[in-house]
Amino acid sequence: MKFGVVVFPGSNCDHDAYHVISKHVGQPVDFIWHRQTDLSGYDALIIPGGFSYGDYLRAGALARFSPVMQSVKNFAAEGKFVFGICNGFQILCEAGLLPGALIRNAGLHFICRHVNIRVENKNTPYTSQIDEGMVLSIPIAHAEGNYVCDDPTFNALEENGQIVFRYCEDDGEITAEANPNGARSNIAGICNLNRNVLGMMPHPERACEELLGSNDGLGIFRSLTAAIQSN
Amino acid sequence: MKAKVFVTLKPGVLDPQGKAIHHSAELLGFGNIADVRQGKYFEIEVNGGATEDEAREAAERLAKDVLANPVIEDYKVELEA
Repeated sequence: MKFGVVVFPGSNCDHDAYHVISKHVGQPVDFIWHRQTDLSGYDALIIPGGFSYGDYLRAGALARFSPVMQSVKNFAAEGKFVFGICNGFQILCEAGLLPGALIRNAGLHFICRHVNIRVENKNTPYTSQIDEGMVLSIPIAHAEGNYVCDDPTFNALEENGQIVFRYCEDDGEITAEANPNGARSNIAGICNLNRNVLGMMPHPERACEELLGSNDGLGIFRSLTAAIQSN
Repeated sequence: MKAKVFVTLKPGVLDPQGKAIHHSAELLGFGNIADVRQGKYFEIEVNGGATEDEAREAAERLAKDVLANPVIEDYKVELEA
């Protein structure tokens, strides 16, 4: 089993992801510079958070044209796992690997704090080891996390169980107050139809040790590891 | 030849930055500004030898593939000789 963490100019959560995979998941992991196009030998890629290309034009818009991205598309098309976190989620939407878009937070602020998210679908490679309905405490750190999509896309996401995480209260209730950024229907993370590509705004790689305030992110990485093992 | 590309949020897509600008305008005493929507404007210099059609085609393709995200934005191309 081998993980890859894709690094763009401006990525800044790449080392966090690498640290979690190597120390807490205990699996081999490489950094993959955005000019690399050979992804053979990898089972899962993490598209990490940060400010790829300085967020110029739109968050994630320019990273889509990096040489590695065509390979990432092929990788995803083969059914292998692509996990976008924060800026990685924005990149996957811009690249068309996930539907919808992430726009400026409704309140305009960059928000950096722990939020609660509820696991909406346990039947994905990223959540199989977590109980459905479980509330996870995971930090967010973004200015453009306001998920938008048109009605047909939203209906398809709901019908197909592609909404994986929603912002919620401590007790799991989905309320407008628990929505930090105005995202449609409190959406914090979605997957593609095949469920091998996941994007989420919260940072599970920053919530994998008690010292950092929460280890609720571990379940996601453990689920992914189990999915690779059974693939 | 210069192509101008205007990228605007689709109607209905929330524009918190436009709202903040509108709010500032109200604080400044403007009583007659009903709404502000923020967009982007690009000036694209097309090589001298290009015909008008070629310049428009290049600008349209750049706008569609790069400058605008069709999920949330519309674009408009204008040519300037």
